Amino acid sequence: MNIFAENLFGEVPKVSSGNLVVEGELDTRHGPILYLEDVSVSFDGFKALNHMSLYIDAGELRCMIGPNGAGKTTLMDVITGKTRPDTGTVFFGQTIDLLQMDEPAIAQAGICRKFQKPSVFDALTVFENLELALKADKRTWQTLFYRLNGEQRDRIDQIIETIGLTACNHQRAGILSHGQKQWLEIGMLLMQEPKVMLVDEPIAGMTHQEIERTAELLLSLQGQRSIVVVEHDMEFVRSIASKVTVLHEGSVLTEGTMDEVQNDPRVIQVYLGG
Amino acid sequence: MKLIGLGTDKIGTTVLILLASVSFIIPLCNLVSPADSPLHFSAYTVSVLGKYLTFALLGLSLDLVWGYCGILALGQGAFFALGGYAMGMYLMRQIGTRGVYGDPLLPDFMVFLNWKELPWYWLGFDNFWFALLMVVLVPGVLAFVFGWLAFRSRVTGVYLSIITQALTYALLLAFFRNEMGFGGNNGLTDFKELLGFNIQSEALRALLLMISGVTLIAVFILCRWLVNTKLGRVVTAIRDQESRVRFLGYRVEMFKLWIFVFSAMIAGIAGALYVPQVGIINPSEFSPLNSLEIVIWVAIGGRGTLYGAIIGAVLVNYSKTVLTGLMPEIWLFTLGAVFVLVTVFLPDGLVGLMRRRLQESHS
Repeated sequence: MNIFAENLFGEVPKVSSGNLVVEGELDTRHGPILYLEDVSVSFDGFKALNHMSLYIDAGELRCMIGPNGAGKTTLMDVITGKTRPDTGTVFFGQTIDLLQMDEPAIAQAGICRKFQKPSVFDALTVFENLELALKADKRTWQTLFYRLNGEQRDRIDQIIETIGLTACNHQRAGILSHGQKQWLEIGMLLMQEPKVMLVDEPIAGMTHQEIERTAELLLSLQGQRSIVVVEHDMEFVRSIASKVTVLHEGSVLTEGTMDEVQNDPRVIQVYLGG
Repeated sequence: MKLIGLGTDKIGTTVLILLASVSFIIPLCNLVSPADSPLHFSAYTVSVLGKYLTFALLGLSLDLVWGYCGILALGQGAFFALGGYAMGMYLMRQIGTRGVYGDPLLPDFMVFLNWKELPWYWLGFDNFWFALLMVVLVPGVLAFVFGWLAFRSRVTGVYLSIITQALTYALLLAFFRNEMGFGGNNGLTDFKELLGFNIQSEALRALLLMISGVTLIAVFILCRWLVNTKLGRVVTAIRDQESRVRFLGYRVEMFKLWIFVFSAMIAGIAGALYVPQVGIINPSEFSPLNSLEIVIWVAIGGRGTLYGAIIGAVLVNYSKTVLTGLMPEIWLFTLGAVFVLVTVFLPDGLVGLMRRRLQESHS
């Protein structure tokens, strides 16, 4: 009878362990914001992810390292909906099942991504790139008649300043340097006001000074947003990370502080070969 | 003026002024001056110009999906032909008892096939406004269904191009069949009047040229506005990096669908303006080759600029008229050669060349 009533009225909130669960609302009361459990992905027999389990806490800044082919990019593909895993579960908070959602839905829920290869829109200006990323109603008709209000304009200007591209505001993104494109893409991430930022190799092609500023920026966001950084540059990882996850052959090899993982004999073996 | 980006853009402004003069001065000269005056243009010139303008409108519609959204649609001619058939059906029903068989209701080809009553899908086409609605609705609905299936399954690139060719080819075969009830091989022709005007009359031809011109200008300005909205920028972004747009939270397939349907409706309007000016619509308009030719107009003119499509459509079709008059057998070779040369040496088309010249003269 109870089940029947639920079906009839549709939106009866599910009750779990005494808390009201609201459909589609992010629930991080237990700590983690991302739950990956027993996730496997294989491409033509090659296991890119092999029963991987991983938890990211709300507000945490986590670095992922690992040799080539360890599954870092595949992991991001699974979280953002680009790749569907063969097995396993992926949850955003405790209630949102990411495997039921496609890329735009996941992005709108608040998981945003910076790609390894900077992918900004070359034909649009710096300002327009950020405008497209801005958190807004992104349906077709609403986009057609979209007008920026003053507050949003200010916000874009503010981000442009943060990423140091004020001088290039109305230049086409195609003519920016590699490092500037990386910054623009980080700016686009910020415009989306994400809850989780997945940042794939943020400092490739940057000057020493730019690297330092990137580290500062990521550290300043810690606490407000959960950030997952994939990076090869150990010095950079050491400068930002409190917790490092080492991936190897599609699973988590070890987790801990930079010092802990660097002294872990298994990590040394993986990196130096043996 | 700022809204449609004039002033900053010399070529676009020039094209608009040229269009306005062609579509007003020539018809006015014809309407006002007597037939023997030097200001009087021949009926042939007027209808040929009108035809070019409808092709320009068709080119414009393709530039929107191809030049801005990156969808190389090789079936744009199908939407043009459907719009044309909708207008043709209205014109057929205006013939009434003046047909060869004098049947007040049935068009000649139906009497010839021994049909006793009008098929249901011919109902309502005696009403001009209903026919006009169908001119945009039929191509729009077909584009919606087709686009919904294709874009949702993420069919892109050359695969999408091939199935658009298949779409127009399938329609070609279907419309060839007499049982379809669209006049089969011969199509719809022998039109008598449009809104009570004799379709052969010079006044109506002048008026149709004017209407084609005004429609082209209005659609051009509308498209110009469209590509400068945020939707226009999303669409451009989809052209350059489709998957990246998805990760920004936009439903790429909905945007593609929107622009595809909009462009199909414009193509339908172009077809509806074309049919009364050439006096016939038959299945050959669905030929896959026609759709390929539209791509060539846009490529030669320069894609992603809107006016490039207009310039390309008019120039290529003018050359076609001249060359097929002089040496019909070399036309296709010439077209092919020009297309190859433009692709290799002028990837931005004639408009790209003009822009570079303008920049050089400025600096």
